[in-house]
Amino acid sequence: MKFLFDSDTWQEIYGSIRKNKVRTGITIIGVLWGIFLLVVLLGAARGLENSFNKAFGNFATNSVFVWTQSTDTPFKGFQKGRRFRLNMKDIQVLKSEYADEIKLLAPRNQTMNLIIKDFKSGSFKVSGDFPVLDQIQKKKLIYGRFLNQNDINSSAKVTVISEDMYKQLFEKDKMPIGESIKINNINYKVIGVYEPSNTIDFDGDTAYIPFSTFKKVYNTASNIDWMMITANEGIDIEQMESDVLLTLKNLHKVHPEDERAFGSVNLGKEIAKFTGFLTGMQFLTWFVGIATLIAGVFAIGNILLITVKERTKEIGIRRALGATPKSIRQQIILESVFLTTVAGMIGIILGASVLKIIDTLFGQGVDATLVNPTVNIPIILAAFTTLVILGTLIGLIPAHMATIVKPIEALREE
Amino acid sequence: MIKIENLHKSYPIGKDSLHVLKGIDLHIKEGEFVSIMGSSGSGKSTLLNIVGLLDIHDAGNYYLNGQLIKDLNEKKAAILRNKFLGFVFQSFNLISYKTALENVALPLYYKGINKKERLKVAMDYLDKVGLKDWASHLPNELSGGQKQRVAIARALVTNPKVVLADEPTGALDTTTTDSVMDLLKDINDEGMTVFVITHEEEVANQTKRIVRLRDGVIINDTLTKVAKAL
Ligand SMILES: Nc1ncnc2c1ncn2[C@@H]1O[C@H](COP(=O)(O)OP(=O)(O)O)[C@@H](O)[C@H]1O
Ligand SMILES: [Mg+2]
Repeated sequence: MKFLFDSDTWQEIYGSIRKNKVRTGITIIGVLWGIFLLVVLLGAARGLENSFNKAFGNFATNSVFVWTQSTDTPFKGFQKGRRFRLNMKDIQVLKSEYADEIKLLAPRNQTMNLIIKDFKSGSFKVSGDFPVLDQIQKKKLIYGRFLNQNDINSSAKVTVISEDMYKQLFEKDKMPIGESIKINNINYKVIGVYEPSNTIDFDGDTAYIPFSTFKKVYNTASNIDWMMITANEGIDIEQMESDVLLTLKNLHKVHPEDERAFGSVNLGKEIAKFTGFLTGMQFLTWFVGIATLIAGVFAIGNILLITVKERTKEIGIRRALGATPKSIRQQIILESVFLTTVAGMIGIILGASVLKIIDTLFGQGVDATLVNPTVNIPIILAAFTTLVILGTLIGLIPAHMATIVKPIEALREE
Repeated sequence: MIKIENLHKSYPIGKDSLHVLKGIDLHIKEGEFVSIMGSSGSGKSTLLNIVGLLDIHDAGNYYLNGQLIKDLNEKKAAILRNKFLGFVFQSFNLISYKTALENVALPLYYKGINKKERLKVAMDYLDKVGLKDWASHLPNELSGGQKQRVAIARALVTNPKVVLADEPTGALDTTTTDSVMDLLKDINDEGMTVFVITHEEEVANQTKRIVRLRDGVIINDTLTKVAKAL
């Protein structure tokens, strides 16, 4: 190992590299390209994953949404095509029967209404909700607060509106909290304003009012439009979905095999599809990157082999002057490792720069396609180590070739 | 210094083998200046390469500095070459991307001598061959005679026991031939054993002993006028 720290060793390598600029350039580009691709592709894949995670960031990804449609099978004396509604009793049953599986359950009622503030107005969605909604679909509040249990208990006439609604209905710079707005001609006090979600959002601009208030004002009795369910940690969400649907079918006298009666979306399942795609992409990235890298390293080995042949004579001279086979081997391997290392470092730096550029071009703003495209340091280190090892291994071949030729054959004058 | 007894060497050529050296007996003592003559293909280079440990013989004994050369691995051969032998080739064999000084210093690198010392010693030898002012020139900036003198400096730099030269003047014109031969004579005068191959009578006549080779055997081994004059 001492020879590694010997300035003469490096001088020799410098001499041989300086002499073969073109060859050195080509060699370096081979490996550089490989690791560059690996870094950029991995970074881009990560960026895509990040933007995807961000899109679902405020949403519990283990959620199921359930609503009713109309039956497609006659059952227990009912015709097919029967319409029916979910109700609060269903909620009670589900909560008690699936106490272990269900984490959060949000029954919801929604409608469209004209909302008026002084001389301004607009048509918006109005949603009767429980405070639990904020846990399933996180709301970022700019002003005030979200609905709470007191609002439910007292059926308070309060509402939480979106920032866009606020801008559309209020004079500029007017503080919205405590102001009254008219929804369907009834006065509500604004208690909160939330930011538009830059992620997945099923509501859009909605005026949230207490579930109990909605029930009174719109006379919905115990009916509900639909519900959001999230599962506890470790629960098979698909299993839960089908169990819940079966229970609901039973409660509503729907044929167990009725496909149309209930509509449901399993967010977990949809996400799994996409994560599968992402994993596939990661795999592809690794495959392409590593294949390119190996090709690059082989290029180095190949070019070294060519130069060893070109340098047979020189190596013969050196051996006549007293170079041992070991010293020749060491020098060629070190040259190989040095080239791969330098190429690797340049590749990583270039790759990182490109990721930086990608980040500034596509990674900023609300609908960024590649968020924070990065590559893990351990991954880089692993790739780098692999590179050095491959560089050593590939250097062995030309090093060996350089020493099996007898010095006399190398020196023979034609 | 060099003692050879009944030395044989064949090269395999396809299934056959070419018997090149057919029983050579040769004794070269320290301080001798010997030339080998013979027509092309008579085995001169083969003999010199065996003496130079660049090639191995098939049969017979070879003693270098009293040491029997047998079953030598490449590493030991390299060390012996570095320690005892200096080479001068017909085509100079300088390393093209190294300066004259770096070329001369190279054997010292393999000897494990530090850089400062190396360059100092190399400069002394370049001075000795009269090329001090050309130290920082690359080989392609030197004339043939200058290149060969650099090569001789390189052969001498490790202070070997024997300098082996295979047609050192083969690529040179008459004037430069003379300057190279003068140099070899000088180093021989200082006590160095010098062993040259040549096919020029004029060159051979400037040495002290001529060994004539034909078809792999020594046909004649005589002292020259130079030696007799002493
Ligand atoms: N490595 C080798 N393989 C086969 N034949 C060789 C080899 N080296 C030399 N020879 C042959 O051996 C003979 C002697 O060669 P050499 O010693 O170079 O002669 P000289 O130097 O006297 O011209 C020649 O016929 C040459 O072709
Ligand atoms: Mg010859």
